[in-house]
Amino acid sequence: MKRTLVILLRNPLSAFGVLLVATVVLSALLADVIVPFPEHRGAVVDFANFNQPPSAQHPMGTDLVGRDLFSRIVYAYRISLLLGVVVLAIAVPIGVTVGLVAGYLGGRVEYVLMRLTDVFLSIPPLVLAMSIMGVLEPTLINGMLAVTAMWWPWYARLVYNLTRAEREEGYVLAAEVLGAGRVWVMFREILPNCVPSIVTKMTLDLGFVILIASSLSFLGLGVQPPTPDLGSMVADGATYLPDSWWLTVFPGLAILLAVFGFNLVGDALREILGADQ
Amino acid sequence: MPPLLRLILWRLGTSLIVLIGVSMLIFAIARVIPGDPARIALGANATAEQVEALRARLNLDEPIVVQYGIFLRDLARGDLGVSLYTNRPVTADIAQFLPATMELIVVAGLMMVLIGLPLGALAARYRNSWVDSTIRVISLLGVSAPSFVWAVILMLLFAYFLPIFPIAGRISEAMAVPRVTGFMLIDTLLAGRFDAFRNAAAHLALPAFALALSGIGQAARLTRANMIETYDKPYIEMAQSYGFSERKIARSYAFRPSLIPSLTIIGLDFAAMLGNAFLVEAVFAWPGLSRYGVEVILRKDLNGIVGTVLVISALFLIVNMIIDILLAYINPRIRHSTRPS
Repeated sequence: MKRTLVILLRNPLSAFGVLLVATVVLSALLADVIVPFPEHRGAVVDFANFNQPPSAQHPMGTDLVGRDLFSRIVYAYRISLLLGVVVLAIAVPIGVTVGLVAGYLGGRVEYVLMRLTDVFLSIPPLVLAMSIMGVLEPTLINGMLAVTAMWWPWYARLVYNLTRAEREEGYVLAAEVLGAGRVWVMFREILPNCVPSIVTKMTLDLGFVILIASSLSFLGLGVQPPTPDLGSMVADGATYLPDSWWLTVFPGLAILLAVFGFNLVGDALREILGADQ
Repeated sequence: MPPLLRLILWRLGTSLIVLIGVSMLIFAIARVIPGDPARIALGANATAEQVEALRARLNLDEPIVVQYGIFLRDLARGDLGVSLYTNRPVTADIAQFLPATMELIVVAGLMMVLIGLPLGALAARYRNSWVDSTIRVISLLGVSAPSFVWAVILMLLFAYFLPIFPIAGRISEAMAVPRVTGFMLIDTLLAGRFDAFRNAAAHLALPAFALALSGIGQAARLTRANMIETYDKPYIEMAQSYGFSERKIARSYAFRPSLIPSLTIIGLDFAAMLGNAFLVEAVFAWPGLSRYGVEVILRKDLNGIVGTVLVISALFLIVNMIIDILLAYINPRIRHSTRPS
């Protein structure tokens, strides 16, 4: 763990990634302290200052009802990260269990579980999440649900492939010969060897969950106003291009930098841990 | 039976099973929703009789299994029902909007292959140099922003600040040509209008590139990883010790085997593009399936939702099947094995 961090920080690119991730996470955690206008995360209206370009008082300008864009972006980070963590906390255990069971037991169980996974993977992720969001009310909880529904199959696929390779290893046979039960072999023998790949994928995915969630809200199918959300900020501002460029450019860059950070770290982790997919 | 034929049949069978599963899943999502779908579709102002009539028309009073049976029966006749949003058959709606989306995706897919693979090969050949780092940053940036952010940035840069490309739409109104295939690039050529063809291509450039960017990044990263793995193989060392030029080694020995895994990822990226097309189309006012898709979803148009998702998934499955068969054809190890893994 410590060694991994040292290697991460030695490479300038991945060190930059760590810096980006740290900035995003810390600013989301400390939003109430660092933001100039904390009350602007809600339905506040300040028409005297509406649609102002960046200035000393509003470093990223103000939106169409006069709220400080920088404050809203920081609060949007908080919601995006929360969403990402919750989605992965639900999707990863489901996917990992499905993958382990299918990969280790094989036979009919494998066929049914993997075809089920294929069904979910055959609907383009965004389209699946959109149709779920379409029939549900667009709330934060339902957004998490929709994204979770499209996320677990990727972990099932990954762990399934890893398990099929691990199943043939000597240590699995040894455990089986010693009389270990199936559940023990799956979760105590095979799973620990899959952890590096799973952790790497989770780092990358935290960025991608943010990306998908913002895409949903860009289409009007995600978190609803007045909750600050990067995707809907870009969508709202797009009508006012090119004159009010700050309305779209800053939220857009905010998504880009956060996801870029998670990608840099995940990419470096993949090389360090030798986790291939 | 020849192995390749057996593989094709096996893939066809599996795809069909998966497609039936998709139809069940999407049918369940669209029907088992809280509240009365007919009431939701008609809105709060509709009378009880109107709601009742719509319930009867959609067979909503039958058990869900019977509803699904009716849906399958109609589907077998190529009937996806009537859209509550346009009041036309869903198949007619899809036929109208799909070509524009397909054109966008095909061009984006070509960009992905023609730019992504060479970038990856270049990065692998100059591994750990500044070329490699630059390409790594470019490809990571490509996958790090949703396509609507790239669409907005590209539009701002190359349509507003540097007005090289048109801002929105598929073709200038003055250049409109009669619709034959629905693919603007083909229709303009069929009409013999090269000026219109250039106009349509200019309209296509920015949206397609915005859509391709994440795919370019992924294709480049994967090709690099595969080529580096190939570079460690003994036959490369042998070629080097024979004194073959690095250029020849890169082209003839390292690149080709790396193509096989890259093709697989192209299939997956195609899925992402089908979804991301929704975002890019929204930014560039591209009259494709996306506006229809978002509209039917927002209006809870059951037939429209089921039809759109089913068609997109079928397209995705077909592309993946073609890629699988192509892979088998290229790769003798797959071609001669009996069952694909």
